Amino acid sequence: MREIIVNELTQAFQQMARDIAHYLPRLVVMAVIALVGWLIAYLLKFLVRSLLRLTKFSKLSENAGATQLLHQAALPSSTELVSRLVFWIAWAGFVLLGASVLGIAGLDEYISRFFFFLPRLFAALIILFFGLVAASFFSRAALLAAVNANFRSSRMLSTSVRFIIVIFALSMAFEVVGVAEQTMLIAFATVFGAAMLGMAIAFGLGGQDLARKFLEKKLAPHNRDEREDELSPL
Amino acid sequence: MAEENLLTDEFLRQLINVGEVDIVVGLSTHNNAKTIGPVIGAIQAGILKCFPRERVVIINADGGSQDDTTELVQNASIDDLRRDYKVHALRTLHCISVRYGRIPDPGIALQTILAGADLLRAKTCVIISPDSTTIEPDWLQRLAGPSYYDNLDLVCPIYRRQRFEGALVRDLLYPMTRSIYGSRIREPYGSEFAVSGRLIADFLSNGIMNQDWGRMGPEISITILALTGKYRVCQSFLGAKRASSRGHDVVAAVRRTVGALFASLDGNFPFWSTITGSQPVPTLGTATELTQESSRINRKHLLETFASGVAQLGEVLSSILSLPLLSELQRIAALGVDEFDYPAELWTRTVFEFAASYHKSTINRDHIIQALVPLYRGRSLTFLIENRNGSEQDIETREESLCADFERQKPYLLEIWADRK
Repeated sequence: MREIIVNELTQAFQQMARDIAHYLPRLVVMAVIALVGWLIAYLLKFLVRSLLRLTKFSKLSENAGATQLLHQAALPSSTELVSRLVFWIAWAGFVLLGASVLGIAGLDEYISRFFFFLPRLFAALIILFFGLVAASFFSRAALLAAVNANFRSSRMLSTSVRFIIVIFALSMAFEVVGVAEQTMLIAFATVFGAAMLGMAIAFGLGGQDLARKFLEKKLAPHNRDEREDELSPL
Repeated sequence: MAEENLLTDEFLRQLINVGEVDIVVGLSTHNNAKTIGPVIGAIQAGILKCFPRERVVIINADGGSQDDTTELVQNASIDDLRRDYKVHALRTLHCISVRYGRIPDPGIALQTILAGADLLRAKTCVIISPDSTTIEPDWLQRLAGPSYYDNLDLVCPIYRRQRFEGALVRDLLYPMTRSIYGSRIREPYGSEFAVSGRLIADFLSNGIMNQDWGRMGPEISITILALTGKYRVCQSFLGAKRASSRGHDVVAAVRRTVGALFASLDGNFPFWSTITGSQPVPTLGTATELTQESSRINRKHLLETFASGVAQLGEVLSSILSLPLLSELQRIAALGVDEFDYPAELWTRTVFEFAASYHKSTINRDHIIQALVPLYRGRSLTFLIENRNGSEQDIETREESLCADFERQKPYLLEIWADRK
């Protein structure tokens, strides 16, 4: 009995030693890849940060309204966030690459999925960023045009423009990533349709007089007295 | 647009038929059938009366008129005028009409006229607005004369205005051009002016129309080119000027004039940064003249547009203006009509901070220009309140004081130009 136990233990230890001997070089290779990956990722982070500072990315991000959003969410600046994102994605990529050396069954599939997902993630982030830039630009343009035309609800118009563009960009980003495609599509269609319907009803019911005045002003001959509200600039 | 693209085959054929000329009169039109007849008549009368011996051609650059504008120009007969003035031109008076595109573009229209004048080797080119219903035959003499006879390169107009017309010119364009470029030109953006052949050649060759300020405000860019190129400039009193219907679109007017002026500051920095004070410009006739006509301006409406602009554009203005200035504007916006005052010193700082932000493109440049409009309306209200019961002399004194403010605060512009406060 005693011999059997000793024999089994010996075999187990021998098997473990063989396994360790088998995996140790791979672990070392993985560690080396992870370490080199960390260095490369850190270098990438430094390069991306310098490049973003050089191209005044923070200003663009500020104009897009992204900086404000990040500040409200207690997150670091956009430049820092992008460079950190690059670092973690690059390092995670190297770690997974190292892990594939271990030859663990099934892991390769997950790793290839991760690398397949990366371009889509970047594309989604780019879409989202430019969506925010466009939302900021067009909402500001709408605000200025409305204020200069003495439109009473300028802010509401501007916010609506921003909201619609952000929703549109978000739905596009989610579609690219492939997360909840159908849900996002339905949500977008619902929100967009509801907003349009709401505006149509609001304008139809509440803006009858405004619409009449607008059409009269556009179609009827100009009245000199109305024009005199403005000092002739030139 | 390149000069060869402006000169279409048909236009070239017409120019070749004319041959060399002494004076070109240019008209940029778009659906001006209502006013073009009397304007052409006055131009022809002016030619008969003042330049009967010179070779003159009228060039009409049309931006796709849907009415009879071009037909009216081409069919304008000089025979009736000959009888009226009892003068016979010794030369044939040619009239050329060219359609440069389907969409009106003041820049391309002006370039087309100037390219034609350059090709015909004209000594002088006079630009006349087709909206100028108050034009008189003598205007031609007053504009073309100094350039044609005395070799002046740019003749700017001075008009007799209704006291509250031309607010943007008086509150911003004149004082700022004066303090920046150092010349006291009352109408840096004139709808009528005369340019010499030398200035035309320079304007066409140095690619101004490829730059932002040339594209935005081709008329004001000629004035700026004349000032920065040290050309000989004068101004000539024309007479009454009534604001055209197009002048009522404040945003478009601010874009075309203030936008071009701000944009011109970038490339001309070495020139204007060294200028201090300003010099008078030779003036033919009265320096300035205002009429006492009453006008019905709704002051409350002006205040509302200013106050709502400041309130709703807070976020936009905060990226253009310094915090103390914005706070001061917010304080003013809360005042009632009777106590409202947007003082000259504050207005000057506002304009300079806008110019610096435009230079740094703190936000989209067109948005910066648009954001200035509500503030300009506020300043217009002060102009209206200050000068409601004032004499012509009072208005002139205040104008001079505003110009002095612009000149005095120019170092502030230089300071924020490099490093915005």
